[in-house]
Amino acid sequence: MIKKAGRNTNFKVGAILLCLFLILLILSLICTPYDPNKMNTQAKFQPPSFQHLLGTDNFGRDIFSRVMKGAQTVCFVGFTSVAIGLAAGFILGAVSGYLGGPADEVIMRLMDAQMAFPGIILALVLITLIGPGSVSTALALGVTAVPRFCRITRACFMQIKELDYIKAAKSRGASVPRLIACHILPNMLSPLIVTATLAFSTAILAEAGLSYLGLGIQPPQPSWGKMLFEAQAYLLTNPWYAFIPGCMITLTVLGFNLLGDGLRDLTDTKTL
Amino acid sequence: MKTRKERNMKNFKRIIAVALVGILSLSAGCAATQKEAAPENSVPPVTESASPSAAQSTPASDVTVRVALGSEPDNLDPMLSAATDTAAVMMNVYEGLMGFDQKGDFIPAIAQSYTAAPDGLSYTFTLKKGVKFHDGKDCTAKDVKYTYEKLAGLTGEKPLNSTLSQELVKVETPDDYTVVLTLKQRDAGFMSKTILSIEEEGYADNSTKPIGTGPYKFVEYIQGQKIVLEKNENYSTIAERKPTIGKVEFVIMTDENAKLMALKSGNLDIAGVSAPNAAALGDDFSIVQGPQNMVQVLALNNAVKPLDNLKVRQAINYAVNKDEIIGAVVDGKGTKVESFLSPSMATYYNDNIAAYKTDIEKAKSLLKEAGYEKGFDLTITVPSNYQTHIDTAQVIKDQLAQVGINVNIQLIEWAQWLDGVYTKRDYQSTIIGHSGKLDPQDFLNRFTSTYDKNYFNFTNPDYDKLVTEAAATTDISQRAALYKQCQQFLVDQAASVFIQDPHIIFAVSKKLDGLQIYPVTFFNMSDIHVKS
Repeated sequence: MIKKAGRNTNFKVGAILLCLFLILLILSLICTPYDPNKMNTQAKFQPPSFQHLLGTDNFGRDIFSRVMKGAQTVCFVGFTSVAIGLAAGFILGAVSGYLGGPADEVIMRLMDAQMAFPGIILALVLITLIGPGSVSTALALGVTAVPRFCRITRACFMQIKELDYIKAAKSRGASVPRLIACHILPNMLSPLIVTATLAFSTAILAEAGLSYLGLGIQPPQPSWGKMLFEAQAYLLTNPWYAFIPGCMITLTVLGFNLLGDGLRDLTDTKTL
Repeated sequence: MKTRKERNMKNFKRIIAVALVGILSLSAGCAATQKEAAPENSVPPVTESASPSAAQSTPASDVTVRVALGSEPDNLDPMLSAATDTAAVMMNVYEGLMGFDQKGDFIPAIAQSYTAAPDGLSYTFTLKKGVKFHDGKDCTAKDVKYTYEKLAGLTGEKPLNSTLSQELVKVETPDDYTVVLTLKQRDAGFMSKTILSIEEEGYADNSTKPIGTGPYKFVEYIQGQKIVLEKNENYSTIAERKPTIGKVEFVIMTDENAKLMALKSGNLDIAGVSAPNAAALGDDFSIVQGPQNMVQVLALNNAVKPLDNLKVRQAINYAVNKDEIIGAVVDGKGTKVESFLSPSMATYYNDNIAAYKTDIEKAKSLLKEAGYEKGFDLTITVPSNYQTHIDTAQVIKDQLAQVGINVNIQLIEWAQWLDGVYTKRDYQSTIIGHSGKLDPQDFLNRFTSTYDKNYFNFTNPDYDKLVTEAAATTDISQRAALYKQCQQFLVDQAASVFIQDPHIIFAVSKKLDGLQIYPVTFFNMSDIHVKS
């Protein structure tokens, strides 16, 4: 497995990018060079220097510190929304796939209905209803991720429950929770992990988008999307300001996507 | 196995390609900045040598000036239009009984002079002779009567101007060049209704082929693209507004970046730009800026705790550093205000207010006296579509933290702001800009207890009395004195924190000169002339 991973470029590049992201995140939890929200209007738009690694923004706040703090936001929104999506999606998908029949019909039609709305629009509606902020952003993005997990889970359940060893386990009198936990779940971990990784990158992008629209993270809490939006007004005068959050979003999303692709290749049993 | 390797290779190539594109675009960016940098050294001498010869070869009457217009016109007929931008253009084509100058004072236009009756209930206007509409017909009292009756709905049709319909009782024309307007009650603010565009009696095509008396004639309007005006050779109404520029194109352009590109490529001569971009345009354009008759305010809800306490409001006023906000948020391009009126209303603006000077210690001691020694939590609700206000909120959060007030910024959508904050008054504090017309009443009336949109929840019978008195005073200097008292009153009561009038900023091509900023958005093309 490790040998294979070494040969998989996607996985390698993705893992390296994510390691960098994790290092930034862990460092930000320990300390940042400056208080990310401390303004110094005397020192606005300082170019990158040893004092301010990535320069300062329109309020004289240290951009590097804000990027680091922003990584926490990204991580919080990403993990929470994936956790919500995964938990709800798994339960619904499991019920639907295991029971089949009317329960399946009802749940799947509900999921279809939700999928009829573009994810970002649904998130916008939810945030308008529950008010902006990082928690509600994570919640809204989590809800939009549910159908994706639900469908994957359902498909896996339907496929696996017909296999002989499940029938054997059933005939030996295994309880449903045991059947799911010990026999079905281990067989569907890889598609779930891959989906979770990809959902994580979707969540990062969506959070950036929502914050860009002013509905996600509330100022002055740093968010990469918000920073990108703020930088837009200064594109002509201080182009590097927009470049930094833009790069961060691109690299992190790319990292998660490549890792997801790589994991799929590595765990795909069919191509072996 | 092979297939995966191939796929990996393919993906790898894709990554390389993306990286290359990134590098290319970066280097293109660098190349572009180099290109921009180069003309700074080489172009000025060229234009200087070129422009005099250009001015000699092409007289101003052959010049076409292109001005950026921020929005699509709603209706070319001034009677039916409500949009500020449309009026800013059409005021070149139409004129009112009176006009206004840069200070917001009224100047004679179609009317030569006016007298207000001693009881303030009627105004008599004497019209200038020889004012002609663009189709050659004389502009006389019957055109004025036609316009005002139509606006006020005196003809029995639906009124087009709600204020006039409530105020104006009748319009009389004793002779061809005299008009008497009679009001229901005394209202000194009526003068701001005398700038309304006069239209030709019986001419019904103002929406498609506008005809006025102004310095510019309407040529064409291409939807989504432009409005074209040309010089009115026979113009005579206001001597100093005789046009020199031959042709003006108002190009409809909403995107800030598109405007900048057009300016740089020479496709636009005049455009409103943001503060940071004004700095970026540099030496190729002259920057004209000034107060735009707007007051940006940190509105405090005077009815909720702890803001119902005068000392708390004063403390906030002492803690907020307006100069720092102006420096940080609008790049210094704003005028500090102390009360609820913009300095662009020069006649009424009180420039001698006893105001709050930033003083953190004073703020702290006031909070202590009010019983909030440890500070409190304050929510500032900001409409999410105004970056200036969001930025201001962030600076204020930083400033109020120094006196222990913990600010929580809450962004909401514009529609929600209008409903929750402005209408239902369900908020603690908010940041917003109020813009005025030509009457100071538009601003100061907002703090009276009878005003239905007094979302500040400021109620003070003495203030109400002062405003009512000012509104009924027709003598301008007396009226100004009263309004100045009103402004001081709001400061003494610390009704809110009045921050600044953020400047309106225009980039003007170096070959042009003369652009003026008015208290009401007005692209007065008569001001513009070609530099010689």
